[in-house]
Amino acid sequence: MSKPKSATTQNDKSQLSLTFPGDAGPTVTRVSPRKRSSPKKNGGTRRSQRDSTPVTAEKMASQQREISVSEFFAKNRHLLGFDNKRKSLLTTVKEAVDNSLDACEEARILPDLFVDIEQLEEDRFRVTVRDNGPGIVKSQIPNIFGKLLYGSKFHRLKMCRGQQGIGISAAGMYGLITTGKPVSVVSRTSKRAKAHHYKLAIDTKKNRPDIVHDDEVEVDWAHGTEVEIELVASYGKGRQGIDEYLEQTAIVNPHAEITYQPPIGERIVYARGSDQLPVETREIKPHPHGIELGILIKMLKETQSQKIGAFLKEEFSRVSPSVVKSVCEKAKITPATWVRQVDSQTAEKLYKALQEARIMAPSTDCLAPVGADQLLAGLLKGIKAEFYTASTRSPTVYRGNPFQVEVGLAYGGEIPADQLARCNRFANRVPLLYQQSHCAVFKSVAETNWRLYGMQQSSGALPSGPLIVVIHFASVWVPFTSESKEAIADYDEIRKEIGLGLRECGRKLNTFIRRRKKTQRESQRRSIFLRYIPEVSNALQAITGRESGGIREQLQEIAKYRTELADREMDDRGNIVRKRRDSLDDEHTVIVERDTPTDVDDSLFEGDEVKRISEKGSRAPRAKAKRGRKKRSVKK
Amino acid sequence: MARKKTVKKATSRAKSTAKTGKRSKNGNPTATKEKIVALAESVLSHIDAAGNPSLNVPIRSLSNVSFNKRKRIIELGDGKANRPFFDLSNARRFMQTLLMSSELLKLQDQEKTTSIRDMFYHCKHTIEGTREETFNDQDESDPIIEDLEVTLRTLREELRVFANPDGAMVGPMVVRDRGDEIDLSRMGSGGWAVPSIVEPETIQFVKSKAKYVLLIEKAAVWARFNEDRFWESQKCMIIHGRGQPPRGVRRLCFRMVQELGLPLYVLVDNDPWGYYIYSVIKQGSINLAFESARMAVPTARFIGMSSYDAVEFDISPSVTIRMNDKDIARAKEIMAYPWFQDRRWQREIKHMLKLGVKLELEALSNKEFSFIADTYVPAKLKKGKWLD
Repeated sequence: MSKPKSATTQNDKSQLSLTFPGDAGPTVTRVSPRKRSSPKKNGGTRRSQRDSTPVTAEKMASQQREISVSEFFAKNRHLLGFDNKRKSLLTTVKEAVDNSLDACEEARILPDLFVDIEQLEEDRFRVTVRDNGPGIVKSQIPNIFGKLLYGSKFHRLKMCRGQQGIGISAAGMYGLITTGKPVSVVSRTSKRAKAHHYKLAIDTKKNRPDIVHDDEVEVDWAHGTEVEIELVASYGKGRQGIDEYLEQTAIVNPHAEITYQPPIGERIVYARGSDQLPVETREIKPHPHGIELGILIKMLKETQSQKIGAFLKEEFSRVSPSVVKSVCEKAKITPATWVRQVDSQTAEKLYKALQEARIMAPSTDCLAPVGADQLLAGLLKGIKAEFYTASTRSPTVYRGNPFQVEVGLAYGGEIPADQLARCNRFANRVPLLYQQSHCAVFKSVAETNWRLYGMQQSSGALPSGPLIVVIHFASVWVPFTSESKEAIADYDEIRKEIGLGLRECGRKLNTFIRRRKKTQRESQRRSIFLRYIPEVSNALQAITGRESGGIREQLQEIAKYRTELADREMDDRGNIVRKRRDSLDDEHTVIVERDTPTDVDDSLFEGDEVKRISEKGSRAPRAKAKRGRKKRSVKK
Repeated sequence: MARKKTVKKATSRAKSTAKTGKRSKNGNPTATKEKIVALAESVLSHIDAAGNPSLNVPIRSLSNVSFNKRKRIIELGDGKANRPFFDLSNARRFMQTLLMSSELLKLQDQEKTTSIRDMFYHCKHTIEGTREETFNDQDESDPIIEDLEVTLRTLREELRVFANPDGAMVGPMVVRDRGDEIDLSRMGSGGWAVPSIVEPETIQFVKSKAKYVLLIEKAAVWARFNEDRFWESQKCMIIHGRGQPPRGVRRLCFRMVQELGLPLYVLVDNDPWGYYIYSVIKQGSINLAFESARMAVPTARFIGMSSYDAVEFDISPSVTIRMNDKDIARAKEIMAYPWFQDRRWQREIKHMLKLGVKLELEALSNKEFSFIADTYVPAKLKKGKWLD
């Protein structure tokens, strides 16, 4: 968001195609999400000449012309995540997958995605992403794929992956710039309809789709959209690559089935872990505390309402009659004042009154968190750890936007123990792979004192040890630090909320680590005692003549009792406690017992099994854990 | 088998066997056996009560010893350490103590005497089902034996074990060693090796013309005195313990002082360790404080070398050795012991620290090979220049 925004403020209105025609506000620093208008090309208005020093001014004027969004981003493609070849490939796949998942969820279809990456030449790839979504009507295809800042998601407050309408068209533009090949789109809306096939190029100067090819084709799928982009890129496995992105996507989108054909190697299927689509989210109106004066003025200009009272009630959420009354009193107007009569001074008063008024926090049913169970199911599916816990915080508000934080932890098992913990960040179910250190999530994890929870940590860094931290940030408007959507902006409310979630999970982790240490210590103790018992009983037999077998049994009994006693009834300080103070017996924590990282029963983690378990509902992860234990004991 | 070698020896052996037989009739070994069995029974009773079986072992460290000013010996206090089996830091030692007890009991039954090193090898084996040894080295088994000595309130001799014998003695005396009469004035250059066990049952003093006993720290210096037949001219016993004297030497000195009424003189290097050797002879050691009463000789006299001797005997400064930090620290430590609080001792140690040098007995050879035996010791004795 920040770039177009600053462009608007720096230049005269109508200078940039990003400018909103109806925007009369003097200092519009934030673009209203409510704004209906779509960015339009303004058609080459030149800046008027200045009256001083005609020669230079004229000379300058000959060079002064409008910049189109497309041109701007074509030049500044790093802002959109196309800084290098490897990242370009990831960004392309990511934009396409995000759009597909959004479309499927909005149409209440369980997503089935197919991602194919084909290497054509050394640095040339063809990315194909196909979904089973509702498809796109023919007339909209060129605009969606061939025009930057065109989309359905920017103008509303609704939780979804895409926000700005830049992503997929930017990917197409990147492909066009680097290979000269247009984007190929095939979309079918129903069985009865035929599939449209377009080849689109972006006219960067005009930010307009250029239809290169248009026909109808036969496809073997009923509905959905297939995008094909050819681009210069490079493929690499490992961190910050497509493999990681899809793996993480599968964790937070257990309802999606993703089939992935990497350029080299076998096809990977991320099986569906749950048949439950995320809760359908509502679109909400802006909250009075989340707007700025300019936006208020703009809303006043555009509203259909005649009177102030109606305007406040209609255009905002959580504005009750009593709020209207008190706000109007403060602004020295009545609810019956005509909207048209409100001048800028009154608007300012009204704005202040709104900010000062006590208004209920925005409703939070517009959020669809992954849910602790689903998050756990995803973690169990994707990570072979010993301890899993997850928690979903209650929704909160930053700058009038509702948001919700979910935290999951996986500890032990096959997670490398000699490295720093990994921090997997998600925003509206999209994995964030880059710019970790600029992200509020990372900062919250690093500033949490993990030493309290049994981990090692040097100050200001991630904890070290076999830990993976998963954080999902869900909001109607995710405050990214740039258009490439890589890091979440550092709002105090957000950081605080993440911190609270981390601590909640951290405490459970601490209990687990402490208990495991104690159990290890106890079993070690017991084994030492058991080792010496035969010697002791033989010696006693030699001295007293009493049969050593009996003594041995007695001693073994005592050893068992004594180590169990310590295990059960003593806390870490050795004090006897009557009841367990901290219990890990809640439904959002799973412990899978593993002896050694190498000794893991792989059959436990096959996709279909997890799927079957998750189908049973919320208690599923526990059931799995019990199974895990059983298997262990059978092995012994 | 050895018995059959000579008739003479066979008869003497027979006598000794008769002696040991008599001893067992005295009830001594039986008492030891009973003590071991009682220890095991108390452990069993803990087990029957489903409790934590434990041993109470008197603590053998500085914290649990005190200097008895009246008797002028170091005594073991009442402090006891509880050694429960079900305790990680004690489990292994508990097991070792019981194992050692059972093997010591076998030794009693077979009426054999053996070395503590032998006991180490006898008890050492791999614990079944593990790769752990019952005892890793002798440093682990020796303290266990010492613990048992104090726990059972028995003497090492009663447990029938001994340490490596070390030390020799010559002089105008005849002793009976397991029935063999030995003339200690006819022992050649090596002298009579002092056995580890010198209890009256084994060693008896038959005849003595000695007027005093001279304990020399070093074997080499002792050899000089022996070659010069110092003992003949001075009518004394000369004995060495190769550094810190072992129990046998200490016990023998104790008996000679006690039974024959001989005064004991100690000749050691002029360094903090020399002082400490003297103090062990005189007051007993911290580690074996429980044996002080039957080993310490409070009347022992320190004949040399003193820090004042260098000037007194005009010893060249070139044969002195500069004290290092360790020496200085040890000297200060010794100065703080309650049994070194005598004003003359404080003066002696302070003077050594002031000079900052130490002196070995061999340094006296700088003047003349036999200076130590011909001049030094006789002069000191004559002038009565000793410390006690």
